[in-house]
Amino acid sequence: MLKLNGLSKTYKTGDTALSDVSLDVQKGQLIGLIGPSGAGKSTLIRCINRLVEPSSGEVWLGDVDLVKLSRSELRHQRRRIGMIFQEYALVERLTVMENVLSGRLGYVSFWRSWLRRYEPRDIQRAYELLDRVGLLQHADKRADALSGGQRQRVGIARALMQDPDLLLVDEPTASLDPKTSRQIMRLLTEICAERDLPAIVNIHDVPLAQAFMQRIVGLRAGRVVFDGAPDGLSEAVLTEIYGAEDWNPVGNDDDADDTPVVVPKVAEVLA
Amino acid sequence: MSSYPTTWRRPPQIIPDRRLRIAVQIAALVYLVLAVGSVEVNWMRVSEGLERGQRFVMGFLQPDFTSRWGDISQGLIESLTMTLTSTVVGVLISIPIGIGASRNIVPRPVYLFCRAVIAISRSLQELIVAIFLVAMFGFGPFAGFLTLSFATIGFIGKLLADEIEEVDETQVEAIRSTGASWFQMLNYAVQPQIMPRLIGLSLYRLDINFRESAVIGIVGAGGIGATLNTAIDRYEYDSAGAILLIIIAIVMVAEYSSSYLRKFLQ
Amino acid sequence: MTNISSSDWTYRTPKHRLFLWLGWFALVALFVWCWRIMSQDTIWAFVWDAPAQALDIGSRMTPPEWGYLPELMKPLWDTLNIATLGTIGGVLIAIPVAFLAARNTTPSATILRPIALFIIVTSRSINSLIWALLLVAIIGPGLLAGIIAIALRSIGFVGKLLYEAIEETDPRQIEAITATGAAPTQVLTYGIVPQIMPALWSISVFRWDINIRESAILGLVGAGGLGLKMNASLAILAWDQVLVILILILATVVVSEWVSAQVRKAII
Repeated sequence: MLKLNGLSKTYKTGDTALSDVSLDVQKGQLIGLIGPSGAGKSTLIRCINRLVEPSSGEVWLGDVDLVKLSRSELRHQRRRIGMIFQEYALVERLTVMENVLSGRLGYVSFWRSWLRRYEPRDIQRAYELLDRVGLLQHADKRADALSGGQRQRVGIARALMQDPDLLLVDEPTASLDPKTSRQIMRLLTEICAERDLPAIVNIHDVPLAQAFMQRIVGLRAGRVVFDGAPDGLSEAVLTEIYGAEDWNPVGNDDDADDTPVVVPKVAEVLA
Repeated sequence: MSSYPTTWRRPPQIIPDRRLRIAVQIAALVYLVLAVGSVEVNWMRVSEGLERGQRFVMGFLQPDFTSRWGDISQGLIESLTMTLTSTVVGVLISIPIGIGASRNIVPRPVYLFCRAVIAISRSLQELIVAIFLVAMFGFGPFAGFLTLSFATIGFIGKLLADEIEEVDETQVEAIRSTGASWFQMLNYAVQPQIMPRLIGLSLYRLDINFRESAVIGIVGAGGIGATLNTAIDRYEYDSAGAILLIIIAIVMVAEYSSSYLRKFLQ
Repeated sequence: MTNISSSDWTYRTPKHRLFLWLGWFALVALFVWCWRIMSQDTIWAFVWDAPAQALDIGSRMTPPEWGYLPELMKPLWDTLNIATLGTIGGVLIAIPVAFLAARNTTPSATILRPIALFIIVTSRSINSLIWALLLVAIIGPGLLAGIIAIALRSIGFVGKLLYEAIEETDPRQIEAITATGAAPTQVLTYGIVPQIMPALWSISVFRWDINIRESAILGLVGAGGLGLKMNASLAILAWDQVLVILILILATVVVSEWVSAQVRKAII
């Protein structure tokens, strides 16, 4: 479905965020991307839909190499890639419905979107998705009137509104409390299973990743250092990804009230 | 499954009531029609003027600095000296007024008096003040100096007072609890908190005073405005263009250097 | 660290203090020098005569000539129209200028942005009265000159505040809209416009309030409104009429300030 070939990114400042990342994502597969802050997780996700321009390498979505596309062709392909953001990134002063409908922007003409005259099919689908994420009665509220968990549900509905072939998810739970985090992750995995949708989920929280992901990719300093099943995340592997730290408190406790502390102190100091 | 609605309209955000909304829209439309209708334009005069406008634009593009340079430099010197002296005097007077107009550190009668002074200064247009002062003090830069000082008092006084009213109360309390007098409290608790802002405001006002000095000259209060007025009266658009360019250049330099100075002082 | 005695403590380092003193000294010297230049151009006889003049004007101003008030209603209406139409015109031009001037929306940072910034600076540095003076000379006296003068001055004010608001928009919201495959115009209308609408309204109302004050005096140079009446009264030294006009202007300013405060409260 998605194939990354030797993807690299060096910023103008000279910082290398990604070096030679290659990855193969199957249909319906949920991939958790873990690694310390500054390892290049965000950059990797943004290089896929070229919100960040990769310096070299190939990004094959189906049989299209996204890196080689012109701006307008790229916009056309971006419709196939839904994206969900860390701090929801809803347009806060628009209503929930407008935020969901904005997922159709790549499909409709400027005037249609300006006058908010979406096709009946799109509106029906937007209502359906809002119902699916449990926010039907909030459709006409302004986005900034919702709670964090509700906003992230709107973010998910917006991404699904695109009819995507792939989901890119950037730290979906970083601004949420532990319970809401689990609810959001569960919703995400359910939705992906329903639609056989592959997703790359950038995630800080290792236990959460182990609980919900089918495959884990560990990134360190822009390189893939681990790629395998969640139960392959041994202490040695975690140390390789994050640097030395005591990993014992890591558990799969469902009622965990505090987010388990997986702060990669050493790595952060080194970074 | 497909029982969801197929239409959606954006709910109105500001005025939810439909009838009120329509009433407001109609009222706005009627006002606009009336207002535009009240503008009587003498198109003959305008079309004649276009040729003059063209000459002005040409004058702006090819300004003539030399033929009136004597008048221009005289006006500039007047404007600049007026600007500096009035800002210094205005700021010096506005400091006690601003302190007096801060609810949190002075008794109520003083507060009311100082706020009244500020309100009078702010509500009178510089130009109107200038007309009166020119009538009293005669033509020339002195009336302009007084006008700008007076306007500065209201401007700095108000913003300074607002700033003092927002100082961190805990610092004031801490200094007070040491047994400090009112002046010591001012010096140790308030002054450090407002000094950067006061300097910034003074520089900003310097900039405004220069711009205003170009205006009040029109009613006889001296400065570059008088020169400009004369140039336009004589239809010497190339000299007028030169004066305007000089004003723009000085304002740009002032803005740039004041932001630099503020950074330097912090 | 043992030989610090209490007498060694100073508020600032010597170098810093010297610097500060030099700065203050330069300011005082500059002030004295400027004062001398200014007083050379002043006719002091007039200045000493000022209290007598003030008394004279004061006595001629009172009591205000209230019978003049009905005649002022049409000019007041003109003044309001100059301010409102001028503000609308200024805002309409300022919007595209602001988008050209903002770093994150300008289509060309090397050519169009400096041009937009120059438009803003030009408009900001020249008072509406000077614009009016020019326009009256070019297209003749009347409301139109006043409206255009107000509009020209408003471009810089609204443009500057608006482009700062555009630069302060939340980039994540814009990124999210870009990621849906939206075209640049759609990113603008969905990602940026909703974020700056409150700022645009409050800036416009704020400028309208200022423009009411300015349009009241534009007539002094022939651009219509209350100032025109004031000019006429000043010419015949009818100070009691001038006082009525001043009171009317003051009342209008107070009302417009109240309106603009209410509107801004409702928006935020």
